[in-house]
Amino acid sequence: MGMNPALNPIVSPITPAPPGSEGAVARHPNYLNVKHTVRSWLLTTDHKRIGILYLFSITLFFFIGGGAATLIRLNLLTPSGLIVDGADYNKLFTIHGVVMVWFFLIPSIPATMGNFVIPLMIGAKDLAFPKINLLSWYLFVFSGIFAFIMITLGGADTGWTFYTPYSTAFSNNYVTLTVCAVFINGFSSILTGLNFIVTVHKMRCPGMTWFRMPLFLWSLYATSVVMVLATPILAITLLLVGIEHIFGVGIFDPKLGGDPILFQHMFWFYSHPAVYIMVLPGMGVVSELVTCFSRKRIFGYEFIAFSSVAIALVGFLVWAHHMFVAGISVYSASVFSLLSFIVAIPSSVKVFDWTATMYKGSVKLDTPMLCALGFIGLFTLGGLTGVMLATLGMDVHMHDTYFVIAHFHYIMVGGTVMAYFGGLHYWWPKATGRMYSEVWGRVTVCIIFLGFNLTFFPQFILGYLGMPRRYHSYPPEFQVYNVLSTAGASILAVGYLLPFAYLPWSLRWGKPAGNNPWRATGLEWQTASPPPEHNFEVTPVVTEEAYAYHLRKAQNGASIAVTSAGVAPVTVVIGPTPEN
Amino acid sequence: MSATATNIHSPPNSGDAHLQHQFKNADQQRESATLGMWLFLGTEVLFFGGLFVSYAIYRVRWPDDFREGSLDLKWYLGGLNTAILLLSSFFMALGVRASQQGDNRRVIRHLLATIALAVAFLGVKGMEYYLEYDEGLVPGESFRLQPPPRSSESALTRGMGSFERWTGKYVPNADEHGQRTRREQLFMCFYFIMTAIHATHMLIGIGLMTWLMMLARRRAFSAAWHNPVEVVGLYWHFVDTVWVFLFPVLYLLRNP
Repeated sequence: MGMNPALNPIVSPITPAPPGSEGAVARHPNYLNVKHTVRSWLLTTDHKRIGILYLFSITLFFFIGGGAATLIRLNLLTPSGLIVDGADYNKLFTIHGVVMVWFFLIPSIPATMGNFVIPLMIGAKDLAFPKINLLSWYLFVFSGIFAFIMITLGGADTGWTFYTPYSTAFSNNYVTLTVCAVFINGFSSILTGLNFIVTVHKMRCPGMTWFRMPLFLWSLYATSVVMVLATPILAITLLLVGIEHIFGVGIFDPKLGGDPILFQHMFWFYSHPAVYIMVLPGMGVVSELVTCFSRKRIFGYEFIAFSSVAIALVGFLVWAHHMFVAGISVYSASVFSLLSFIVAIPSSVKVFDWTATMYKGSVKLDTPMLCALGFIGLFTLGGLTGVMLATLGMDVHMHDTYFVIAHFHYIMVGGTVMAYFGGLHYWWPKATGRMYSEVWGRVTVCIIFLGFNLTFFPQFILGYLGMPRRYHSYPPEFQVYNVLSTAGASILAVGYLLPFAYLPWSLRWGKPAGNNPWRATGLEWQTASPPPEHNFEVTPVVTEEAYAYHLRKAQNGASIAVTSAGVAPVTVVIGPTPEN
Repeated sequence: MSATATNIHSPPNSGDAHLQHQFKNADQQRESATLGMWLFLGTEVLFFGGLFVSYAIYRVRWPDDFREGSLDLKWYLGGLNTAILLLSSFFMALGVRASQQGDNRRVIRHLLATIALAVAFLGVKGMEYYLEYDEGLVPGESFRLQPPPRSSESALTRGMGSFERWTGKYVPNADEHGQRTRREQLFMCFYFIMTAIHATHMLIGIGLMTWLMMLARRRAFSAAWHNPVEVVGLYWHFVDTVWVFLFPVLYLLRNP
């Protein structure tokens, strides 16, 4: 076990039972077993329970969006379209886009893991506004019901971008319902972001300075800033679209002097920063994973922290790179092209820092780390092709082709969804008190990685060859790549379904995790698994930096020092990993 | 008087009763509430900002049509509403001050005055909407390119019209009521959307103040705990400030 009891006196104020002992896990009073009724879940203000509620809701939407994607890929098996006609195909990709963007990716990491671990990481009892947190989940559910009704009635066909004047003047299906769903969803997102910002500012425990915060918090803080500043613009834009669609008045209608390009500016002023809402939390998760599974202090803490902030800020200044062929002036296009290159700098700072962290570390390829490695590789590829697309001259040719599709799926699916699974596996033992099957975890990540690349790499080639996005049919010479892509998608689907088996399995049969199965630093690992209702028995006091793995090595790799409020220093013993 | 008020409504709590479990002390709770409201107001700035930016872009692109639109608005009613709203903010500030002193009775009194003024604002606004509907200024199907002849106007409109002729030099289309342009609808769209969203915010504010009065009736506020009054106060001043921008942008930008 590598721990000398004489040198490290075992005083654990948190769990009575030694970590790792069989059967001790579920017995202590924790947030899961303290109350059992449905009412206690639906009216909970506990951030951990709300995180779990979000986990269930977004998983549902992940499979709705995934179902639409499956039908899209099936349809593209043959050049003339295998199963649906053009009109239905338009609805399919609209449902896929709307559901995946607003009902899965944007809430994915922040609303589930962020909700769950932010108060734990900063040593607080809860978020600053627990009731508002619950309200944001209800708003999410409410908007989800709108989306669900929209889908069952027959969907909308505008694409997730709602471009005018098609969405306002021509589309005669459920545009209003879709716009309502996204509008309400936006408030959920704003409230979550607001809650996180106030929590990070005001709720940190003694000793938790800004530069002792885990990098996940820095990235969620940057994400929240984007949520709070960008989402209102989406709200007002969609409100205008809705009003114009319902009343037929012309805010974006050229007949009355309105300008459809203005809609595009306003839409992308939200929706470009929104891609950073989607990917920044993933970067935060990867920062946690890489340092933990390399058993090494993270390389360039401040650089990673500030690169999150830089991405959030510069991300606000690049929106018009979605509009290079929309008739904006060549001068403004050049400026936006240049600014888009600049985003690549903080992004690559992160990639280099993660790589440098692994260098000479004791890298352990557990499931979360495999996800993190997958993220780094796929994000790099997605990011580099993003630089290609930011190049003005190139984008004119690549615009609205499958190259763009492949590019952002490498970031969103290869990046964010990978990080989401990484975080899910990493904090699963903390949330449930049980270890999942490591073998199945690793197999799943490998399947996802292979399936993902087979799905989306051919799309780079397709786009390069000129296949436009959103077409339900294509010339026969593109078929081979489309078949490859669909084959990959079926492998990917298997990868996404597998956790459905082994994660619930672990709830009953998984090995008890102990407080700290990964021997990680961070306050969330010092409380029990699952955590008690109010997170900590005593308010923790932080005395060291976030990733002091180098110090722990000096102490024989078994314990880290914390002091509980105002009392003599207490050493919390971290349990051995289950593999040991 | 204030001494007796303090005796009768002496704060029944020191604020600890209102300390939520996640906070360590009342200071942390108050600072969090205030920061949260400021952040929310930041989102509101962007929400209205989207409208103001779109308005500005179209105003620059179609200056004549927007000027015509502005001339069709009743600036004196807008001005009256500005005065009403500024006065309501004044009473709100007094209400916040009273809550800081733990004087729940005065909180109620000042909030009542604020609500009364808010209702007056909405009444004037509704009257304006009616007049504009009557003159065929609502965009869409009912928008009339030909303004109604003066003889068919309601007595109220005619009265207002003579007041306007009496007051200023920028008289809208003097006597002959010139033809409106189709693009004036764009201006009217923004006018109705911006003022309606603003009015919605006021309705929410009235709801919040009613809630505060119910709390104050139970003598909930004390020198140690009055966060809700403070944050609702911030909100109300913000709604007021939005109007302070809306009024000149919509009603007063009418010079060529």
